[in-house]
This record gives sequence, structure tokens and C-alpha cells, in this order.
Amino acid sequence: MGLIPAPRRPERATVLTVLCAVLIAGPLIGLPISFIVAPGEISKFSGYLPEAVEATAVLVVGVGLGTLVLGTSLAALVSFCDFPGRSWIEWVLVLPLAVPGYVFTLFALGLDVPHVRSHLGAICIFTLVLYPYVYLLARSSFLSQSRTLLEAARGLGMSRRRAIVRIGLPLARPAILGGVALALMETLADFGTVNLLGVRTFTDAIYRVWFNAFDREAAMQFATLLVSVTLMLLLLERLARGRARFHQGASRGDLLPPVRLHGIAAVAAVVGPLALVGLVVVAPVAQLGVWSVQSIQDGLLAPEFASAARNSLMLSGMSALFIPFVALGLAYGVRSSRSRVAGASARVATIGYGLPGSVVAVAVIVPLAWVDHRLGDAAGSLFGIDLGLLFTGTVIGLFCAYLVRFLALAWGAVESSMLRIPAELDDAARGLGADRLDVVARVHVPLMRTGLITAALLVFTEVMKELPATLLLRPLDGDTLAVAVWQATTESLFETAALPALLIVLVGLVPVALMIKLSGRGGAELEAAQGAGSWAEVEREAVPA
Amino acid sequence: MSDVVLRGVSKSFGPVRAVQEVDLEIARGELVAVLGPSGCGKTTLLRLMAGFERPDAGSITVSGRELAGPSTFVPPESRRVGIVFQDYALFPHLTVEANVAFGLSRRERDERERITRTTLELVGLQHKAASHPHELSGGERQRVALARALAPAPELILLDEPFSSLDATLRGGLRREVELILRDAGATALLVTHDQEEALSLADRLAVMREGRIVQVGAPQEVYGRPANRWTAGFVGDVNVLAGVGRGSGVETELGVFDVGAPASGSVHVAVRPEQLLLRADSGGNAEIVAREFRGHDVLYRLRHEGGRTVLVQLPSLELHEVGARVFVRPAPDAVTCLVD
Repeated sequence: MGLIPAPRRPERATVLTVLCAVLIAGPLIGLPISFIVAPGEISKFSGYLPEAVEATAVLVVGVGLGTLVLGTSLAALVSFCDFPGRSWIEWVLVLPLAVPGYVFTLFALGLDVPHVRSHLGAICIFTLVLYPYVYLLARSSFLSQSRTLLEAARGLGMSRRRAIVRIGLPLARPAILGGVALALMETLADFGTVNLLGVRTFTDAIYRVWFNAFDREAAMQFATLLVSVTLMLLLLERLARGRARFHQGASRGDLLPPVRLHGIAAVAAVVGPLALVGLVVVAPVAQLGVWSVQSIQDGLLAPEFASAARNSLMLSGMSALFIPFVALGLAYGVRSSRSRVAGASARVATIGYGLPGSVVAVAVIVPLAWVDHRLGDAAGSLFGIDLGLLFTGTVIGLFCAYLVRFLALAWGAVESSMLRIPAELDDAARGLGADRLDVVARVHVPLMRTGLITAALLVFTEVMKELPATLLLRPLDGDTLAVAVWQATTESLFETAALPALLIVLVGLVPVALMIKLSGRGGAELEAAQGAGSWAEVEREAVPA
Repeated sequence: MSDVVLRGVSKSFGPVRAVQEVDLEIARGELVAVLGPSGCGKTTLLRLMAGFERPDAGSITVSGRELAGPSTFVPPESRRVGIVFQDYALFPHLTVEANVAFGLSRRERDERERITRTTLELVGLQHKAASHPHELSGGERQRVALARALAPAPELILLDEPFSSLDATLRGGLRREVELILRDAGATALLVTHDQEEALSLADRLAVMREGRIVQVGAPQEVYGRPANRWTAGFVGDVNVLAGVGRGSGVETELGVFDVGAPASGSVHVAVRPEQLLLRADSGGNAEIVAREFRGHDVLYRLRHEGGRTVLVQLPSLELHEVGARVFVRPAPDAVTCLVD
């Protein structure tokens, strides 16, 4: 009796994980401070605010409705109906994910589509490239619905169509809203499309304040507002979802048998999706191919093309190595510390993904600039050397932004594959003389190969496509393919923009193909793999009190 | 001379005192079993010895080297303690050979190969060297786990419920096999189990653990024959606890006089094993058979004694009594029982 347990000192793993989270997420948390430091700054640009609010509101409503209708109806078509070629049309419909909005915009502008430089044009483009988010989530929800419920509804006298509308759609509501929220977050994050179309949203305002007025505080304040809009959107999604947590997980044999379509309906079911994907993927790729060939023949290729390609490859490649590595370290920290604090800090470290690249760029540059100046002063006074701008003047700043923005992407793949490794294997390896580093190198990494490759691939393609953060933080002469596409398109040099754009789309197809390969028929599995995050508490023996 | 010495080892998780002031000594080459119900702290004790947990108090010494104490804590990788896990924890991405060689990575290549080969021979799995764990049967996996733990020649080998994930029919044979392998290797071993039959049949000595404390340490026959208390008596096997009065070296109970091998006096309780009773059919007997459990080589009868209590009797299955039969139950001659609290 009276034995006082020794005070637990925080484990090293916990401390490191928390430190890592603070370093990664800290800049984002620091954004609102700009309102305190320079309260009136944003009022200098008061003209930007109403148009940004208006454009953002119009886009959110338009793209929300557009992706909701298009994504849900396509998902319902492939889930509840059967028609020739369904099994591959199902996956063809995902391909638009590989086309960044600004590439499709380049295509539309290059063909001189009338009235495309408008809110409506932007809504159409976003809907066409972003509907797969709604489509994928709705489809996997439809496919996991148990036939029993729909058959029960029919037994109560509903027609098949009514049963789907009254039962199937409401059951899929959380998934559909989740998909719409993802599509809208991409819309809010976009810079290339809206900038090229002259739609003045928040990201566009941030860019203009940054580059035209060089006003960092105001840019941070606009960024803070944009983050608030994003968070509000997430909150709305939660509210709309309400307490609905429909989880059914029908087994494979229990799937609702789809209705076979005949005649004109079947033709429409095949032609409709194909025409859509033809418009969003095939036509742009073909047109870009033609322009690329012309640009090469006519010598219109920008002289910077080779360096842009090299820069893109270097940035994407380094990020693909570096970011999964950080995710691995973080995941191992959470695993070995067993504390809730570490788990929570991992979530904090990954909040950057929902946020627009321009916001991340603005958030990252202020602390980096501060460090730069301190370092510069120190180096100057101590050694009399001029360091220049070590972080903000080089790609290091850019890597920091990519880390903040894309860590969540790598984290999802890395963490879910690490969770599948039983904790006993760690103990077994330690008992056999392996230290912590050895455990990671000899046990975890080989077992997590697929997860790590997936993480690297996702980061590679996302960095390749990334525009706003790159644009704001790139060092001088540091154009990437994405920047080259945007630059050439703003100058209406569509042929010049074509080849880099084509490369971006082709690289973007790789993860989409990987996703299709991994998913097979059970799309729900993919979702499960991405969402798997329930941290199994380490079991401990407990003496009954 | 003791090889492994635990002194006052304690470990709490928040308010839960999993292990409390445990003292235990294991001689070189000895096989000791820690036996206890689930939640008694035996796995925590094993994890403390392996170095996966840090004791709050006390010390753990192996071959004169302090592994954990007030100011020392040797991490698991430097302890030279081998562990065989309940689910074996074989590395799924490595072959049997690579699993066994895992703990030998700092040795010269020739030596590593030689040790791996001889260890695989010791467990009789040289023909499975190139297989992956998922291609093996449960028993084979266990032998790989054992070989992997033995290969680096640890000072001490810890086995955590090593037979619990095997089919009951396989257990007996594998137990013997594991025991032989451990004895061949001359290993000092500590086995943690909740299965009293396993502990009794395998160990040189066993330590019975309850609510974080070790309540009795002794040779299997000693713990079984002279349990320290009523709880231990019941935990290591079936038992009848009878109230009686001490007279000389015997105890008078309602079933007759039992020899307790030592002077006893006053009102006491005596632990009588079912095999320390005999019965014969007798229509005027003092008990009635309520149930019969036929176990092949023997039979366990559940009787209702005329005094109202239930009595367990175990007899060879040579002759069977029917349920409902009236019988006379009495102490077996030469049975030495013991007093309990």
C-alpha cells in the first residue's frame, strides 16, 4: 500500500512527434496573427474582398450542384444498371482526375470556346474535372448497400426507381456530401483555372496582393479568410451529414443485382459516359498532342522547357523521397510512443492537405523569412559572409510548403500500412538485438513497401501538378512544367503550353491507374484503405481492481 | 548458484499494479514456468524481463549483469534474452532461414550461416529453410520461432504462452519436443502460461502468480501436492477442500481421516485431490453419483455426499459406476494430503 507510481517522464518518441507536428503545422496556426500585427492592412485592398467573396460563393454553389448531380447520377448509373462495357466504363469515368483544371482551361482557351472566361465557364470546368470525387465515393457507398433494404422497400410496394430514390440515395448521403466537400475544397484551392479565366477568387486575390503589391501581411489576411471559408465548408458538411453514420458493408454476394438496360437506354448509358470522358480527357490529350507536335516543328517550344522539365522532375522526385520519409518517421513516433498526445500531433501535422497551396505558401514564408534574416545577420556578424536567403531564396522554402501541403497524402498511405504490422514484430526484432532504427529498416520498411511506393507516387504527381505554392515560392529562374503551362497560357501561347501540359496529364494518369488496379470491383476497399486509422490501443494486462 | 535473479520487481500502469514485489531465482539450465490466470501480471513480468517495460522498483539480474535496477536499464536489444511469442511473431517478409538469422546480423557471414544451419537442424526444419512463414504449419512456425530465439545463444529464453495458439491435439507432442530442444540447447528458460497441465508437465519448477504477486514457487509435485493456499490448490487442479479437526498427524473429516504428514490440531481445512479418494458401490453408502466425466484413461465422478456437499473423485476407467448409483466414498490408503487456509 501507499506505493506511489514513479512520475512518468514524457517518452522521447512523443516529444519528437509533437515537435515535428509543431514545426509542420505551426506556420498555419500563425496565419491569423497577421491581423494582430498589422490590423488595417487588408483594408488597403478593400476592393478585392467583395469580388472574392462573390466569386467564391458563386463557384461553391455552382460546382457543388454540378458535381453533386453529375457525380451521383453517373455513380447510380454504373451501380444500379447493367449495360455493355459497364465494368470498364466504371473505371474510365475516374480518368478526369488526371487532368488538372488549368490544363483543361488551356484546352478550352486554345480552342476559343465562347464565353468561357466567366463564372459559368469556371463552374463547368471545375464540374467536369472534379466530379470523380463525388462519383467515387457515391459509387462505393451504393455498392456497399445491402440488397435487403432495397428489397424490403420493394416489398412495401415501392417501384424500383422509387426504392433507389427513397432508400438508396438517402443512405449514400454522407458519402455524396463527403465527395462534394472534397470537390469544393479543390475548387477553393485552385489558382490556375480561376486566374486564367479571370475569375477573381480568394486565391487570385492572394496572388495579386503578393506579387503586385508585395504586401505580405495583407496576403496572410486574405489567406486567413480563405482558410476560414474552407473550415466553414467542412463544418457545413459535418452539419449536413448530421448524425447519419450508415455503415452496412454488404458482402459481395449480397450486392443488389443491377438492372439490365436495353435498346436506346443501353446505347445512351454507353455513349454518355464515353462522350464525357472523351471531352474531358481524350480530346484535350489529343489536342495537346497536336499542339505539342506543332510547337516542336515550328520551334515554338519555350527555350526554358528543358529546365522546367528538369526542375519539375527534381522537385517531384525529391519530394517523393523526402515527404514519405517524414511520414514514416511520424508514423513510427506515434507507434512507439503509444501516447494519445503523439496521435493527436500527427493529425495536427497533416491539416495542411485541406488547405490551398497559396495559403500554405503564404503561411510558410513568413517564419522562413524570419529565420533567413536571423541566420543572415548571425553569419554576417560572426563570419562576415553573406548567406543570402537560405530558405526563401532557394528551393528549401518550396520543399517546406510541399511538406506542409502533401504530408497528409503520404501519411494516409504510410500510416495505414504501418498499422497492419503487429506490434509483436517490433518486440521480436528488439529481442533479437535490433535497435529502433534497425526495426524500421529491417522490419517495417520491407513490410510497408507498397504503402511507401504509393505514398511516393501520390506525392510525385501532386507536386508535378502543383501551381500556386510553386508560383509564389519558386526561386528566380525556377520554373516548373506547371508554371510553364500557366505562364504560356496567360500569354495565349497555347502551342508552347501544350507539351508541358501533356506531360503533366500523362504523369497524373499513373496514380489513377494504380487506384483502378488496387480497387478492382470493390471500390469500398480503397476507401477503407485510405480511411483506416483506428489506432489499436496497445493491450496491457490489468489486474482486476 | 542462480543465473537469473529478480528482486522486489514492481510495475504499475496508472492505478493498476500489474506486478508487485516479485522475487524469483532461476538456476542455469533450468526451465521455470510462471503459472497464473489471465490478468495476473505474468505477461507483464515477462515483458519486464525482456526489457519492453521498465520496472518501477526492484532489480533484474542475469548472469551477474544487472539488466534493470534503480539506476540501470538495458534496452531489449542489448539484453541477450530470447523471446518466443504467443503468435510467434515471425517476420512475414523473410524466409525461415532469414528469420533464424535475424538476430545474428553482427556475426561474420560464415558463422551466421553455420549457426543458422545447426539451429534449424536442432528444431528439425532444415528442409524448410527457404519457405516463408505463411507456408508452414502451426507447429513448424513455433519451432522456427524457437530456433530464431535460440540462434543468438541468449542467456535466458522467455516463452509467452507458446502453445496456446495450437490445436489441443498437437499440444502434447509439441510440448515434449520443445522441452527436448530447450534441454538440448542447455537453455535457461522461463515459460509463462495459464495452463496448469502445461506448467506441471514441462517445468522443473513453477511459480504460481496471482494479482501481481508470486504466491508459491516449487517443483510441480510440490505445488500440486502441498499448495500454499486454497486458491493455489484449486488453480493447479481439481480439489475438495474439507473442514475437519486435527488429531495427531491426521485430520478427521466427514469423509474419514486424512493423513496430512505433519501434526495438526484444532479446526482446520484439508485439500484432498480427487484421486486421493476411493469409492465402491454400496446401496447403503454415504454418497450418490450426480455426474460422470469419462476422460479415457480415468473417470471423474461428481458425488453428492449425505452431508450435502459435492465431492469430486477420480478413478481409473477400469470399472465404471452409473450416474444415480449409491456409493461409499473414503480416503485412499497412503494418500498424503495437506492443510490449507
